[in-house]
Amino acid sequence: MAQVTNRLTPFFENITFDRVDNELILNFGPQHPSAHGQLRLMLHLQQEQITKAHPDIGYLHRGMEKMAENMIYNEFMPTTDRMDYIASSSNNYGFALAVEKLIDVEVPRRAKVIRMMLLEINRLMSHLFWLATTALDIGAMTVFLFAFREREYLMDIIEGYCGARLTHAAIRIGGVPLDLQDGFIAQLKDFLDKLPQNIKDYEDLLDTNRVWLMRMEEVGTISTELALSWGCTGPMLRASGVAWDIRKEEPYELYDEVEFNVPYSDKGDNFARYRIYMEEMRESAKILYQTIDMYEETVKNNQTELMAHAPKYISAPKLDIMTQNYSLMQHFVLVTQGMRPPVGEVYVATESPKGELGFFINSQGGPYPYRLKLRAPSFWHTGILTDLLPGHYIPDVVSIIGTTNIVFGEVDR
Amino acid sequence: MRAYVPKDDVQAKAYYTDRYYVAPQVPKSDVSTDEVFSADLEAIKAKFEVIDSFIQMGQMVVYINAKDNYGVLELMRDELKYTQLSEMSAIDWLAKENKFEIFYQMLSMHKRKRIRIKMFIENGQAVNSVEKLFRSADWSEREMFDMFGIEANNHPFMKRILMPYDWQGFPLLKTYPLEGDEFAAWYEVDKIYGKEARDIIGPELRDTSRVDRYDSERFARLGHEVPKGTKITGNEPKTEQSYQEEGGVFLIKKFDKESSVVVDDPQR
Repeated sequence: MAQVTNRLTPFFENITFDRVDNELILNFGPQHPSAHGQLRLMLHLQQEQITKAHPDIGYLHRGMEKMAENMIYNEFMPTTDRMDYIASSSNNYGFALAVEKLIDVEVPRRAKVIRMMLLEINRLMSHLFWLATTALDIGAMTVFLFAFREREYLMDIIEGYCGARLTHAAIRIGGVPLDLQDGFIAQLKDFLDKLPQNIKDYEDLLDTNRVWLMRMEEVGTISTELALSWGCTGPMLRASGVAWDIRKEEPYELYDEVEFNVPYSDKGDNFARYRIYMEEMRESAKILYQTIDMYEETVKNNQTELMAHAPKYISAPKLDIMTQNYSLMQHFVLVTQGMRPPVGEVYVATESPKGELGFFINSQGGPYPYRLKLRAPSFWHTGILTDLLPGHYIPDVVSIIGTTNIVFGEVDR
Repeated sequence: MRAYVPKDDVQAKAYYTDRYYVAPQVPKSDVSTDEVFSADLEAIKAKFEVIDSFIQMGQMVVYINAKDNYGVLELMRDELKYTQLSEMSAIDWLAKENKFEIFYQMLSMHKRKRIRIKMFIENGQAVNSVEKLFRSADWSEREMFDMFGIEANNHPFMKRILMPYDWQGFPLLKTYPLEGDEFAAWYEVDKIYGKEARDIIGPELRDTSRVDRYDSERFARLGHEVPKGTKITGNEPKTEQSYQEEGGVFLIKKFDKESSVVVDDPQR
């Protein structure tokens, strides 16, 4: 008998509850602690084995693309924080870079170095957070506490820089608003010097751990074809045998001046993804050491500029605004009416900690983008669960969701 | 004469644009300037009609006919090695020419190149689904349907993805207001309390910057605060607010209303 709907009983679409076979339909989420946010998974089960998975998203949908069409470009910057809120500067950066390409400005070198530092700190924060939560899902409480402790140090450094711990808004279109605070470099060096030992601690706890290996090895294997077809990027793709890192292949900022490796694996299972996250943390540390040297070089060369000089689009430095009439007028117009980029389209992809973060902007020459499409990597990393989960067992769902590293701020946008 | 503004576009618009302002263009270059792109374009042109093509921001943009989208993407994937569909969605041009513009953002990891395939469809026309070629289009096409109402033929599960299944209206259309339409204002009230409770609860206000001066539940009465839930009569006394650092600040005097001058006459 079909379900009779009324306001008191929930209506499950296309599902009848009295079936003759042994199929059970399990609703995993949207309030499940290991669903990493508001993911509702409808799982069709034969005993404990999944025969069909249907991810249902949209519980965190805020309509960011719509909001972007109704905001001037600078106004939208803090909204991008709310996409991947685990590494918010990388979203700020992706948006800033897209608009900079559109208006064709060159960012000063010191700002570039600071941005790279922020990006890599965000990557470390994101990976540490991933390790902590995934380990907790599997049951490794110690790793959770260890990784959160290290993430806390990074959050303190970021807080010293921009005043915020989670939603940074630390990057502006055309540069960065502030120079590094006193003690930033020393704090960061302190952290980086300890990091290799910290990573080794996590690995000692996990790499040969029986439970960890059973939950990770040969579970959630994604073939290269499937990963490409589903638009997987970042660690998800690199674990499936494609060494594609946008920082390396289409370098932006100063990534072509630093030396780092792109770890990849051809196994495609949970364990491969875990190993890639660990290796990427080491590579990020390597990049950060190099950016510290680059920063000190800009100090030595007295390159103090932090914002690009483009009076048509970007406000003058504070000193000019306070002392020069024309800069003040320009600033007033830019704040109240907003910049007007040229007519055209741009799609810019950056390597966020989760994968390819793309911003597609269609500008019609007005102060509001005509169309802005956010390409968030987690959207497809959630979609792939449809094809990935069937054949697996219930406990694997938790570890697979864990290693896909999805954040619902950017899935639903 | 006043410039024509489409009335059915309710998105935010610049409140002032200089009459002689001509927006600059992002430069476009010819496809022949890039070897890889021109070879790709030749391969597409050999089998399908290409309406327009150029390079913008280092990426090739190719306009094709809407009926060819499956064939072109199949050619791109199998022969030209554009193995990933990074993104696809639509742009609403209904107010201007009653059309949607659909774009497919493709990536070739072998060539390190990105191509954008674009096409126009009429309002109400469906597109061919490319879900068979790229699984990522499964969700992208659902999102496009959810946001614009553009359906994809041969799609396995053409349902809304972000909005609830029983939602009415398509949020990313230019005709759809930012704070939602009439349906959106009553959706949750009807769903949770039922239509009969509409009079008691009232429509949902999605304009977050709206300030209701008779509301004593929220922070809407700055400077005239009253205890929570008080009925507002309009005769509430002003609550005095003053702030000054301990010991004062160098060169800065405390603001004194008594000794300040209020300018009544703007022509003074």
